Amino acid sequence: MMNLWRRVRYHWTVFFAVIGPGFITAVVDNDAGGIYTYSQAGAKYGYLPLWTLLPITVLLIVTQEMCSHMGAVTGKGLSDLIREEFGLRNTFLMMLLLILANLTNIMANFAGIASSLQIFGMSPYITVPISAAAVWLLIVKGTYDRVEKIFLWACVVYVAYIISGILVKPDWKQAAIYSVTPRLMLETGYITMLIGMVGTSIAPWMQFYLQAAVVEKGVTAKEYKESRVEVIVGCIMMSVIAFFIIVACAGAIYRVAPRDIKDAADAALGLAPFGKYAMLMFAAGLFNASLFAACVQPLSTAYTVCEGLGFESGVNKSFREAPIFYWLFTLLIVVSAAVILLPNFPLVKMILLSQVINGALLPFVLIFMTLLVNKKRVMKEWTNSRFYNVVAWASVALMIGLTLALVGISIKDMLA
Amino acid sequence: MAQTLLFLTELLGLKVYDLKGRRIGVVRDAAVVPLVNPSRVDRFLVGGGYAWLSLRFDQVQKINLDGIFLKEEVLIPYHSDEYMLRMVRDLLDQQIIDGEGRKVVRVTDVTFEVRNENGFDVLTLLEVDIGLRSMFRRLFQGVLPRRWIRRLQGPIPPHSIRWEACSILEADPQRRLRLNVTNKLLEEMHPADIADIVEDLSPDDREVIFETMDSETAAEALSEVDLDIQARILESLEADKAAEIIEEMSPDEAADVLAELDEESSQEILEEMDVEAESEVSELMEFDEDSAGGLMNTEYVALHQDATVSDAMIALKAHAELLESLNTMFLVDREDRLIAAVPLARLFIARGETPLIELRSDTLIQAKVDVKQKKLTELFDKYNLLTLPVVDKHGKLAGVITADNIITVLRGG
Repeated sequence: MMNLWRRVRYHWTVFFAVIGPGFITAVVDNDAGGIYTYSQAGAKYGYLPLWTLLPITVLLIVTQEMCSHMGAVTGKGLSDLIREEFGLRNTFLMMLLLILANLTNIMANFAGIASSLQIFGMSPYITVPISAAAVWLLIVKGTYDRVEKIFLWACVVYVAYIISGILVKPDWKQAAIYSVTPRLMLETGYITMLIGMVGTSIAPWMQFYLQAAVVEKGVTAKEYKESRVEVIVGCIMMSVIAFFIIVACAGAIYRVAPRDIKDAADAALGLAPFGKYAMLMFAAGLFNASLFAACVQPLSTAYTVCEGLGFESGVNKSFREAPIFYWLFTLLIVVSAAVILLPNFPLVKMILLSQVINGALLPFVLIFMTLLVNKKRVMKEWTNSRFYNVVAWASVALMIGLTLALVGISIKDMLA
Repeated sequence: MAQTLLFLTELLGLKVYDLKGRRIGVVRDAAVVPLVNPSRVDRFLVGGGYAWLSLRFDQVQKINLDGIFLKEEVLIPYHSDEYMLRMVRDLLDQQIIDGEGRKVVRVTDVTFEVRNENGFDVLTLLEVDIGLRSMFRRLFQGVLPRRWIRRLQGPIPPHSIRWEACSILEADPQRRLRLNVTNKLLEEMHPADIADIVEDLSPDDREVIFETMDSETAAEALSEVDLDIQARILESLEADKAAEIIEEMSPDEAADVLAELDEESSQEILEEMDVEAESEVSELMEFDEDSAGGLMNTEYVALHQDATVSDAMIALKAHAELLESLNTMFLVDREDRLIAAVPLARLFIARGETPLIELRSDTLIQAKVDVKQKKLTELFDKYNLLTLPVVDKHGKLAGVITADNIITVLRGG
């Protein structure tokens, strides 16, 4: 009995020692773009799309698990490993696409900051520059430990979505039924939306960020079991939040009149008839998610690119020592924040473009990952098992198929 | 001079011609055999038909941008050789230690010198390239003709490291021997630089470096590394090697890192240590990490209150290893209770028979073992201290805190 208790306590301690990377990655996955997609799904199709969350969670777990696994075993970042095993040219092209994809992601998040705070009556011309400055300072002045603590607290704010979902008083019975009953409709809009939901749930930057964070945290192959649990819990949490976003929009907007929404803030406004607090909670959640992602993405991009290409990186280095690193994340923040303030900036086109670039990059990232995790030279005795490989390749193939479909749809919309 | 250089990006894909001018394949890789010669390219690996061929350097007549021309007909199939350091597989895109810049860098290209020895061309590994210029070559390798790339790269500043100043990383101990990888370059560096490099490496590389480095250097370097990385490194080492390194560390730092380890590992290491060092470290481990007791070390010199300057000189000679950082001596009574502090510099202008007590500082600043960090930094600031004696609850001298401990605290270390 004593022994069992001790074992439980040991696993708890290790679990809390490794907590962070998986949680943060999965939760930041619900950034402004993600929230928009889920809100749109709920607003237009009600509870119908809920069943996709289950397979999405599984796909997410499979891909995230590979990255944290590699991080724990090799102690190296994903871009380092790609560089070492697949050469400079592959890495270079990949990094170029990653910068572009993340630039558009960050734009979407600054747009999320602007529109959510507008609901609170604040002008974007004040909120966006202040947020950009705050993000920059946090990156430059924060140590990893401290920043991670702030991030973990930010994860808690996602509870806002759960509260707003409850406040709307949706039809829980229907929500429960549709969560487990797959519904397919041969309607272009519906299928596009399903693909969009899967496509936004797994973004290239997450793989790089997660692996780097696992390495930074110093998770070893020995502690890997707990780290895996953490990744899985994180992915489930992400889906729970997505569930409540969909349910909130289904209960508020779809029930009244199914419609397309303009952006995530539009969804928040749609909640207004069900109480001021439901709306404010939704907006606060959006602000938190956007700001959080706007912090994580520039920094993660700069680290990934500099490490892959062999430039000095790290906030503990001076500007003179690591100029490319500093320029990169500064420009990502400044450019994204600045374009949001431009009048008539084609933001919707930009977000579609972001989906195209992310979608074009993701197949390569996933293929390289699965190849790497099977390389003896990289993973030694910790390569994937045969069963896991089948699951991994199947997930990768499915993801690639869906992503390419999404790319096609986005290109069509852009040209329209 | 410029044309006698050849880059790895140019060497790869270079056509190889036999005596009769027939093309037998293209260069796929080149290898150095470090145990024979640390920088001469010993083998060219040539891909032609179904199998790769291995050409020895002494089969080559001429090397230039147009190809490699052989002087001999014998062709041997390539089979992997444990003693070869292969440029593409083992060096290109891998991390190495840059001994000049004292950091970890990633190899983008390699520069060879084509040297004429007895009428035949020999390739010598000259530099490892890491800058934008080499990146340019890599990106356009095989896309643009070699001569164009040479011309176009002109305006980009080069960034290279002499091969002698490089040390490759190899985590497999057997292969380290076969490739003649040593820690020589690292061991010549300042411990703080070694620490910076080690922090940038993967856990496997860290482990093998500390496993093979001499314990004294390892201890000095380890104490400069971030505390949680210190702990991870120690955990990865064999307990006896870890104990050897810990013994060389100052007791307070040893106690700090051991406190970071899990119970089992730290116990294992303590058991391997010799009794005296072990008891000293264990005692320090009892204290709360952010109290005076946790910060202090036991590297001080204390004398009886009746001692004279000549006694002090004898004591100092006996503690020669402490002299580099020592600035204060302490006087204690028969029960080891702290009586006074004597600034070391005053000894130089005093005569040998002067009692030390006459040279003491006017006020004796001291702290109890349970005083907290914040209070300690205040004391250092207020009294401009270099060394602060720490006493237990009976007033007995237990250890000292030095200004560099406080700087570490202030930097949030």
